[in-house]
Amino acid sequence: MAEERTPILSAKDVEVKFRVRDRYLTAIRGVSLDLYEGETFAIVGESASGKSVFTKTFTGMLESNGEITNGSVMFHGQDLTKLKTDKDWEGIRGAKISTVFQDPMTSLNPIRTIGSQITEVIEKHQKVSKAEAKEQAINIMERVGIVNAANRFDEYPFQYSGGMRQRIVIAIALSCHPEILICDEPTTALDVTIQAQIIGLIRDLQKELKFTTIYITHDLGVVANVADRVGVMYGGQIVEYGTVEEIFFEPQHPYTWALLSSLPQLGVKGQELSFITGTPPSLFNQIKGDAFAPRNPHALKIDFEQEPPFFKVSDTHYAKTWLLDPRAPKLEKPEVIQDLHKKIEKMTGKGGAFHVE
Amino acid sequence: MSNNEDREVILSIKHVDISFDTGNKKKKFVAVKDANFDIYKGETFALVGESGSGKTTLGRAILRINPCSAGEIIFEGKRISGKISREEDRNVVRNIQMIFQDPAASLNERATIEYCVSEGLLNFHLYKDEADRIAKVDKALTDVGLLPEHKSRYPHEFSGGQRQRVGIARAMIMDPKFIVADEPISALDVSIRAQVLNLMNKLKAEKHLTYLFIAHDLSVVRFIADRIAVIHLGEIVEIADSETLFKYPLHPYTVSLLSAVPMPDPIVERTRRHKVYDPSVLDNSGAPRQMYEIRPGHFVYATEKERAQYEEKALAAEQAQGEA
Repeated sequence: MAEERTPILSAKDVEVKFRVRDRYLTAIRGVSLDLYEGETFAIVGESASGKSVFTKTFTGMLESNGEITNGSVMFHGQDLTKLKTDKDWEGIRGAKISTVFQDPMTSLNPIRTIGSQITEVIEKHQKVSKAEAKEQAINIMERVGIVNAANRFDEYPFQYSGGMRQRIVIAIALSCHPEILICDEPTTALDVTIQAQIIGLIRDLQKELKFTTIYITHDLGVVANVADRVGVMYGGQIVEYGTVEEIFFEPQHPYTWALLSSLPQLGVKGQELSFITGTPPSLFNQIKGDAFAPRNPHALKIDFEQEPPFFKVSDTHYAKTWLLDPRAPKLEKPEVIQDLHKKIEKMTGKGGAFHVE
Repeated sequence: MSNNEDREVILSIKHVDISFDTGNKKKKFVAVKDANFDIYKGETFALVGESGSGKTTLGRAILRINPCSAGEIIFEGKRISGKISREEDRNVVRNIQMIFQDPAASLNERATIEYCVSEGLLNFHLYKDEADRIAKVDKALTDVGLLPEHKSRYPHEFSGGQRQRVGIARAMIMDPKFIVADEPISALDVSIRAQVLNLMNKLKAEKHLTYLFIAHDLSVVRFIADRIAVIHLGEIVEIADSETLFKYPLHPYTVSLLSAVPMPDPIVERTRRHKVYDPSVLDNSGAPRQMYEIRPGHFVYATEKERAQYEEKALAAEQAQGEA
């Protein structure tokens, strides 16, 4: 189905390097991604896998020592990698592509009122009068669930709770009706109950305002909740992507297996949790073969020698592992994640709330 | 469910209140209200709540960092809260150790691992001579899966998971009986969490430790904890063994918390509805609350009226389970 749709954003072979002292660190090693209109695409991976850096190329927000050294990011016929100055980015960053960051306290200015921080964005991008901007701002504050928005318009961030602040950050991001919303770990700094509310809010707003969402997270529980499609990142590359069902129920890459198997949610009391040995590769060095090979108990000889290509699993599902090569030995995914749905449903009951209703 | 009567109590929290001054003499901020529970020897007791619920405050009170404003804490039959002798104080520090959330922030960046790990030994002169101290450091490092040669390195040379192992080693070297682990895996990467949890379980079995595991994430706690206490705004609202708590939660706050745990299963996630906690369903008449044991080992903080409701709920859930 996805094949027939035209992508709203299309990244091709993106490579990003950072200059650190006199050395170059390759943070993104040739990532391609087609993003389709209206979908939620989740990018999951460990810290330093490159998930944030990759999406920062869509908004020109790479740190000053980083540069895109290869590839293209096409958006409405324009190659975003060619944009250099803040002026070039003006009509896109914040207007068509917005970001919600992890920590709402650091993304809001503590000494300016909530209202002024929202209206600033509206005035900047939409060229409307002050009064009109205020009206729009209060409107969007109500939309994101701020009760009594008109009265709270002139309050400061410290007068808001963590969850409320994140709602404001979302309000700012959505104030110019972007086409793409990048949510970079939007709930990681929040409590579970607040997290559930924020996730629900983003989902409802997406239905209503019809934007496309990129959701960056390390929490597979959150991914299962929000995503239509998932990309798994490791060592600066997407190593597997597919629909959310394909990634959870028929994962093909050993890294995806390992990530799913080590979830404490799947632990059985009295038994060891399965875990991933070793550490992620250093991206300063040239990586030979499959980046995950040194930590992969199922690694083949070729994994250390040659980088695997993407193998097609289904029309929507691709994985970058030699295990899918016809010559490779047939391997079953680890026992812990076989019949995943049955196991979890047994644990949580039908509604996912664990207890008997 | 469990026969708690014949088990040895190692730590007992008796009607503890902890309050902080607010600058206004008449108004005190009460962080923990009427906490009352026992922790048995050899178990992992989890304290679960949101930020600001008072879970860390209570953990710190056990270590004598925060004073109790009412009630007392008993460790191995002796009171350890309030004024105690210097010798007893040292005894508490030796026997009760803490593992912190952020291993990067809790280790001295300018000290070698050898110093970080043996700091407790140095403070208490728990070694015969230099050779003995080094031997103890080596042993502690090997116990947590690091190598003796790591001891000349600095914290920044380690990954997050290794640093947390160092944090565990410096607690273990004191040969404690009781460990307060304050969110020990929240700051770690997903792939590292499992390793640290496995290590904690291994050490618990080998050294007959008892853990107080403080967490905000119920999904982790289910795997590691024998019993769970749920704390909300300074009040412990429910205590039960972990299977029971997940299957038959009674307090509406526990129900809400359980409904918020994201599970790695898109089919389950799609059907799940988060239940927002609504305190108005409680008995808000101002009647006093206390812990009632609704089923053996299953406590809930309730008024007399709520107690009757919880009794009914427990019965209904058991019947539903029986039929299924």
